[in-house]
Amino acid sequence: MPEAVAGEALVEIDGAERIFGGGRNILGRRKPAVHAVQDVSIEVMKGETLGIVGESGCGKSTLARLLVGLDAPTGGTIRFGGEDVFGEKMDHRRLARRVQYVFQDPVSSLNPRKTIRTILEAPLVHLLGKNRRERAERLSELMDAVNLAPEFLDRYPHEFSGGQAQRIGIARALAADPELIVLDEPVSALDVSVQAQVLNILDGLKSRFGLTYVFISHDLSVVESVSDRVAVMYFGRIVEIGPGRGVFRAPRHPYTRLLLKSAPAPGRKSLIPEDADTELPDPYDPPPGCAFHARCPRGTEICMKEVPPLDPAPGAPAHLSACYHPHGED
Amino acid sequence: MAEAAAVGARPQKKRRSGRPSAWGLLFNNTLATAGLLVFGLVVIVALAAPVLPLPDPDATAPADRLLRPLAEGHLLGTDALGRDILSRLVWGTRVSLAVGISATLIAAFFGSLIGLVAGYAGGRADTLLMRGIDMVMAFPYILLALAIVAVLGPGLLNALYAIAVVNIPFFARNIRGIALGLSRREFVDAARLSGKSNVQILLVEVLPNVLPVIIITMSTTIGWMILETAGLSFLGLGAQPPQADLGSMLGEGRKILFTAPHVSVIPGLMIFALVMSINLLGDGVRDVLDPRLKSGALTRPVARTAVMRDAVPDIVPQEGALLDVQGLRTEFRLGGDVYRAVGGIDLHIREGECLGIVGESGSGKSVSAMSIMGLVPTPPGRIAGGAALLDGEDLFAASDERIRQLRGGAVSYVFQDPLSTLHPLFTVGRQLVEAIQAHEPVARRKAEEKARSLLDLVRIPNPAERLKSYPHELSGGMRQRVCIAMALANDARILIADEPTTALDVTVQAQVLSLLGKLRKERRAGILFITHDFGVVSAICDRIAVMYAGRFVETGGTEEILSSPAHPYTAKLIDCVPVLGEPERRLDAIEGRPPMVNALPEGCAFAPRCPRAEDDCRKGAIPMVELAEGRSVRCLHPLWGEADA
Repeated sequence: MPEAVAGEALVEIDGAERIFGGGRNILGRRKPAVHAVQDVSIEVMKGETLGIVGESGCGKSTLARLLVGLDAPTGGTIRFGGEDVFGEKMDHRRLARRVQYVFQDPVSSLNPRKTIRTILEAPLVHLLGKNRRERAERLSELMDAVNLAPEFLDRYPHEFSGGQAQRIGIARALAADPELIVLDEPVSALDVSVQAQVLNILDGLKSRFGLTYVFISHDLSVVESVSDRVAVMYFGRIVEIGPGRGVFRAPRHPYTRLLLKSAPAPGRKSLIPEDADTELPDPYDPPPGCAFHARCPRGTEICMKEVPPLDPAPGAPAHLSACYHPHGED
Repeated sequence: MAEAAAVGARPQKKRRSGRPSAWGLLFNNTLATAGLLVFGLVVIVALAAPVLPLPDPDATAPADRLLRPLAEGHLLGTDALGRDILSRLVWGTRVSLAVGISATLIAAFFGSLIGLVAGYAGGRADTLLMRGIDMVMAFPYILLALAIVAVLGPGLLNALYAIAVVNIPFFARNIRGIALGLSRREFVDAARLSGKSNVQILLVEVLPNVLPVIIITMSTTIGWMILETAGLSFLGLGAQPPQADLGSMLGEGRKILFTAPHVSVIPGLMIFALVMSINLLGDGVRDVLDPRLKSGALTRPVARTAVMRDAVPDIVPQEGALLDVQGLRTEFRLGGDVYRAVGGIDLHIREGECLGIVGESGSGKSVSAMSIMGLVPTPPGRIAGGAALLDGEDLFAASDERIRQLRGGAVSYVFQDPLSTLHPLFTVGRQLVEAIQAHEPVARRKAEEKARSLLDLVRIPNPAERLKSYPHELSGGMRQRVCIAMALANDARILIADEPTTALDVTVQAQVLSLLGKLRKERRAGILFITHDFGVVSAICDRIAVMYAGRFVETGGTEEILSSPAHPYTAKLIDCVPVLGEPERRLDAIEGRPPMVNALPEGCAFAPRCPRAEDDCRKGAIPMVELAEGRSVRCLHPLWGEADA
């Protein structure tokens, strides 16, 4: 994988925020609200793979859904190639021609009552308006791209294994010839041997079609192996972002360090767990200041009061972390 | 087994599935078949009414009034106006069926439409539509039907409308629930990203998945509709004289019930037969179409796996082993096929030792673990051979009562998903106390004390408070710790952990693994740890066994296997895992797919995918060969030694 590609930004997310719930009830009382994504600003460069890691509930899937327009942000803007995704001009078909999505669960993302041909033809018909002959051509191209025999086209989803179903999911995302594909945990539901197949196919497609990926996963080793840049999310915010090598070799945020230390690896004898009595923050009642403070061994008074800003590391302007006391400075 | 129809890299000829077809299932159900026969007969007769040699049903003949059945020329007698009852019965059934079926179709169409739109749109539209439906339901159905007929005026067509309207809520509510669930499914999002509009999604994606439910609901409603039509006609609001339908015939016979009972009893019996046959058939159709019932929810597995060993093997217990499994074979019989999920495995665990079974999904690792305490569902599973010794006692020969004592006692399980293992309606404390009291007759207070110390043992902060929590109030890591506490409640000597950390986040996984590691050192319990993750294995297991297609292909110390795998499968499996800190590593995928365990190839099961396979790999049984102390491999051409050379 090449190092971070310098170039133009394909997607610019500026201060995106998504709140679920909230508002007031009939008596004027506040309803509880969850801040799934808070103040996320990030750029996806053309041609790169941006990895997003984090644990369950950190907001990474919500961010992914915002990117493809399946959900609308409650604040901030998302611009795709300079156009506001939720602006007047951008309807969902126009966006879907440029951004596509690969789902985590390959089997449930395919309608059980449709053949693979019907599923793959849908974007060709509705997004590109291709005629019958063009569609047939494109279908065989797609099946070839994901390494599946064309005979599979007339089968139903339940006849496929997880790995094959995920390759069909990828083919569907490719069908509309998008610029960006958002991959939401694309290999988490697969066996390890199949996982490698799918990762290799994704890698090949990227260079063949000049794609840009946003790759979301909770598995650090998978993200490390595919990403040019990595963003670490915790509790709805980005706590660290930078080139993959920098983030994984020299993590600055204590949370990134904790993640890396906890990850099992073949040959690693003992994992270093944090103390068992640490409590995760309550999403309905977020703490002021840094959300990681309660679990952080380096926390001080200021961490409890103010949310730390994303600051670049000295000597590495592309490597930012949101911490008042980052590692590597003492 | 969901992927039973095996598909290789290229599709093979489609195997005939061992499961019976929908018609086969329906005919298996005697009552449904009887219902179908009766209903079919009635329908045929009703349809054939114009061509049957029947007298005019409306022709009156005062001279022949109230003839008894079997009278000459009138098989079922005549009514008060001397009309032939048989003819009126056939023509009346025709009318009742037509009204019942049309009312069902109308109600199904509008009800399903409302349900679909409400379920898919959600929010305001849902609230508005469903509150409207609630208002319709707030009136007793017969009262509402009467009101509608009162407004529209009596008549068969108006009765039909009334009955259809009254039954719309039934469909709307059923369909809305299903549509609501389907609309949140990923394939709907995928369709939206494919550029489909809301109407297209609703009609093309959601509707086909709702159709079986609509059919089930219709099949169980038609009978009810026919009854309601009869009810309205009986009250004189449906069919108007002289037209015959079952309800009006009943109504006409009511006044002379005691002098000429046959006039009302015959249509009554017809209604009974018709409705009964439709309901029996409807229940049968529901059983066939409902996926939950189809997947075997109607067959209740017994409490313990059936043991049908061909011969009880001569067992020489392994020295010093706490748990000693020898030659275990477990099979599933489905249709005509035998799935050899576990094809003869040997394993032993000493005190305080952790053995890991590593394999991909479908390799038989969970079935092996479940077989030990007879937790594999029977039918279709059964233990076909081998023995499992706990301290020298053969578990497969033990009584059910003895197994019950040992389960959750000396041998405990920890499963993958703690949320589905814990009962959602009871507090954690109550479930722990129950686990303790099931094995030890101690007072409640004492059991509670022990529960508290158990939570303390698994390092749950503030245990006294946590005992009062319900499972959903705890985080995933906490819940799994509660499950481990429950497994330890009765001084378990063997802990069988089936992917206990797979559903957990990495930071929580690290905590749970270190907890398990500590417990086995402190309590000297042996652990059988099942996982697919080599990283997790490294963190906790002393020895590992690699499983493929129901058999161990390699066993040995964790470090030796990871650093120099001997079986090509093990080596390939290690090569496909990305390793943290080595992003440049090329991932090596294994071509092809594991064989189905109902059609294992001869020789080595891995041979079709193996780069080192030679002719001798494809015939005969491949034995397990000992390479070194505690290190064995089932391969004729192992990688062993080459790495050193």
